[in-house]
Amino acid sequence: MSKKLKLVGFLLLSLGVVLLVAGYLHGHSIAVLNPQGFIANKERGLIVTITLLMLIVVIPVFALTFAIAWKYREGNTAARYSPEWDHNRWVEAVWWAVPLVLITVISMISWSSSHELDPFRPLRSANPPITIQVVALQWKWLFIYPDQNIATVNFVQFPANTPVDFQITSDAPMNSFWIPQLGGQIYAMAGMSTQLHLMADGAGSYRGSSANLSGQGFADMKFMVKASSATDFNSWIRSVKHSNHNLTMAGYDQLAQPSYNNPQAIYSSKPLNLYGTILTKYQPTTSTMGLQKAPQSAVSSSQKGNMN
Amino acid sequence: MLGKLNLQALQHGPIVLGAQISIVLAGISVIALLTYFKRWKWLWNEWLTSLDPKKIGVMYIAIAVLMLLRGFVDALMIRAQQATSVGASHGFLTSDHFQQIFSAHGTIMIFFVAMGLMFGLINLIVPLHIGARDVAFPFLNSISFWLFAAGMALINLSLVLGEFSAAGWLAYPPLSGLAYSPGVGVDYWIWSLQIAGVGSLLSGINFVVTILKMRCPGMTLMKMPMFVWTVLCSMIMVIFAFPILTATLTMLALDRSLGMHFFTSDMGGNPMMYINLIWAWGHPEVYILVLPAFGVYSEVVATFSRKRLFGYTSMVWATASIALLSFIVWLHHFFTMGAGANVNAFFGIMTGVIAIPTGVKIFNWLFTMFRGRILFATPMLWFLGFVVLFTIGGMAGVLLSVPSIDFQVHNSLFLVAHFHMMIVGGVVFGYFAGITYWFPKIFGFKLNERLGRYAFWCWSVGFTLAFVPLYILGLMGATRRLDHYDASLGWQGLFAVAGVGALIVGAGIGFQLLQFVVSFLQRQQNMDTTGDPWNGRTLEWSTASPVPFYNFAITPEVSDRDPFWAAKQANQKPDQPHYTDIHMPKNTPLGLYIAGFSFLFGFAVIWHILWLAPVGLLGVIACVIIRVSDDDTGYYLPAVEVAKIEATSKRRRYA
Repeated sequence: MSKKLKLVGFLLLSLGVVLLVAGYLHGHSIAVLNPQGFIANKERGLIVTITLLMLIVVIPVFALTFAIAWKYREGNTAARYSPEWDHNRWVEAVWWAVPLVLITVISMISWSSSHELDPFRPLRSANPPITIQVVALQWKWLFIYPDQNIATVNFVQFPANTPVDFQITSDAPMNSFWIPQLGGQIYAMAGMSTQLHLMADGAGSYRGSSANLSGQGFADMKFMVKASSATDFNSWIRSVKHSNHNLTMAGYDQLAQPSYNNPQAIYSSKPLNLYGTILTKYQPTTSTMGLQKAPQSAVSSSQKGNMN
Repeated sequence: MLGKLNLQALQHGPIVLGAQISIVLAGISVIALLTYFKRWKWLWNEWLTSLDPKKIGVMYIAIAVLMLLRGFVDALMIRAQQATSVGASHGFLTSDHFQQIFSAHGTIMIFFVAMGLMFGLINLIVPLHIGARDVAFPFLNSISFWLFAAGMALINLSLVLGEFSAAGWLAYPPLSGLAYSPGVGVDYWIWSLQIAGVGSLLSGINFVVTILKMRCPGMTLMKMPMFVWTVLCSMIMVIFAFPILTATLTMLALDRSLGMHFFTSDMGGNPMMYINLIWAWGHPEVYILVLPAFGVYSEVVATFSRKRLFGYTSMVWATASIALLSFIVWLHHFFTMGAGANVNAFFGIMTGVIAIPTGVKIFNWLFTMFRGRILFATPMLWFLGFVVLFTIGGMAGVLLSVPSIDFQVHNSLFLVAHFHMMIVGGVVFGYFAGITYWFPKIFGFKLNERLGRYAFWCWSVGFTLAFVPLYILGLMGATRRLDHYDASLGWQGLFAVAGVGALIVGAGIGFQLLQFVVSFLQRQQNMDTTGDPWNGRTLEWSTASPVPFYNFAITPEVSDRDPFWAAKQANQKPDQPHYTDIHMPKNTPLGLYIAGFSFLFGFAVIWHILWLAPVGLLGVIACVIIRVSDDDTGYYLPAVEVAKIEATSKRRRYA
């Protein structure tokens, strides 16, 4: 096969691959790059910005690699050969400086975005926030609405354009609570409460799951997220309350037993301070420990009022 | 009498049964072959009891290659399960088995493949590079190797007896605690790593001392080959990082075996502490693996470009700063734990900063090629493949270093694709390049180039196909370690492509094995009679191939960074040699025995066999006492003998 033919073949092959990939991606939603929430939107923006910034260095590296490798191949005796040339202060200064400048810029973005998009930081909105408490169980998600006094399993609904204050813990091995189209994840850990503030841009259904291995039923730890209008949300709350399906403490203990591939469920009421009970279950009492133990994680003072 | 061990430990499904049978059959056939060819004595005297770092290096690499096969079969099973377990179908593996497989895959690939290849090459080359005859502590080196082998034996025993951990390769508690993992799997994980890890720590000490104390006259620190610099930095990191692993595993073992509460969720334990500790070891660990690979690239690029390494001083500082920085980035493995914006941002920025010295290294390699005369032998191909894959993986790494982005892709297949690109593209490609490059020095013949090229292309194409889809899947919301997912997500196509990629990598591994066989059969044609098959630059090429067991008949003196190249340029003829007696260590099986007793100890703790644990421990202590009370550990190779060996090899070289 001649060199030209090989080149044409290679180009056709690459084109085919690009078309195939483009066709595939056209038919499928890439959750992280197709955000439907305030936080996820900003996170996608960051991914794009940082990628473009890095290309400033990466494209020249690729170009240089192939250009140099080709030009100074052994067969090309016309190319200059300087076997003893092994340093040059100025050239080296350039490639210490360019990545340094680039990383400085990325660091600044990293710092400011870490604060701006801190999952513990409440979101600003004209609409008052709603609190939803999340408990990772083996292997399902329990959602508790402290203000509405209802609970659900593997399904969570809230109004769109309203900040949602998720308070997250676990009564199981560590999990990670993730709704890719609305924003990044946070760990769910026993005896600790983490927070995640998200806001959906509009009505829609999204997929949520656990991102951290938590045992045999881990692959089933997924849930449905529904963002709806405030009216729909309120009527949904009413319908749940009328369902007359109570979650008692005994019922919770039953629910917390390991089980696989759990269906969605709704509860018209829940035990008082269920979330707080689950949270403190793992904390040693002062009498057995001998010394006062500080709260293990960022259990903020603001949420204590919400624990019932 | 046997603790928790009973016949049930042998009972498994058909897949594991197949593995059990093949392990047993392989064992029987090895024993039969050794007996048939009457090779037992040879094996014992020449290999098992040898203190020669070259022999030990070869044994490290042999184990690493075997474990690569095992880890790769695990990878194929992961790919097959994820490509088929969709919607109504649940694949051919149970969740528990699937989770054991990926836990074993990660553990084996890091601890017994990457570490094995690294310590193998270090053993083969570092003494040669610094003009030394041996390492500082030859017996300690043998203990290190045999502890590594004992850890490997223990992890593979879990296939036959009992089960392996299903808690992931780093076994986060509380999942790995007694409450959620009551079986022996996590204990197998703990003790195989604990035993191998102690071996790694001893190696770290050994090579730091070797490099600092045993360099030949004239070799100042700034005249050491770049590979030696990277090994020095890596081994210093081993000394700082591995005690953390040992302590962490010990605490987890105490939780599991003695009911303590270091890392449980309740009773005042703190799983977050474990995650911090394991990554305080784990992050330096990946740089421990990659730095010597960077060193290999530096040697390979300079040799095959026929040019001095560009920016040596920059390279040294870049290596040292990577080593330092790698200790202050561990938290980026769990930004999602919620440490707060200030803490996350600090660790994110430190992580980004590592990209600077790494980028500098890439530019220096490129400018080593610039105005060179590049020969595209297979080691050079592995280097070019590395530049492409590592740069793409590095871009993903910088993205992951920004905490707000990490929240969106952490624990997803995006992350899996990233670290495979770094570890396979960076570490494994580097050690493949190193093995091909130094093979003739150790065995006396070159590896077949054509098969090497085939292997390279299969690896590169297959690897790209296997992991680029994973980046996309991660962005689609696919988390890692799923044994099943819904058909409606549309992930199956990409998983299938990744599976095909894995098969192509498999073909690459096949070509490598074939390469060993064919090169061995054609060794007469590929014989390296010159001792310098690549037109090399450093001291090892000044010796005969295969290098004699004492390395250098006369301790070399150097005055240049590329001493052998300089000598060749100056057309220097070696002076009429004046040989002297050479002091060499005697063989000893005690390292093997120590590891054997450690294995028994680990096995006893795993299965709660109360009488066996003290037997193992006392056995180790007894062996150490025997060794330290033995004054007759070395011998002199007479100068006449040296002269004879050198004369034969010279006749071969100049024939």
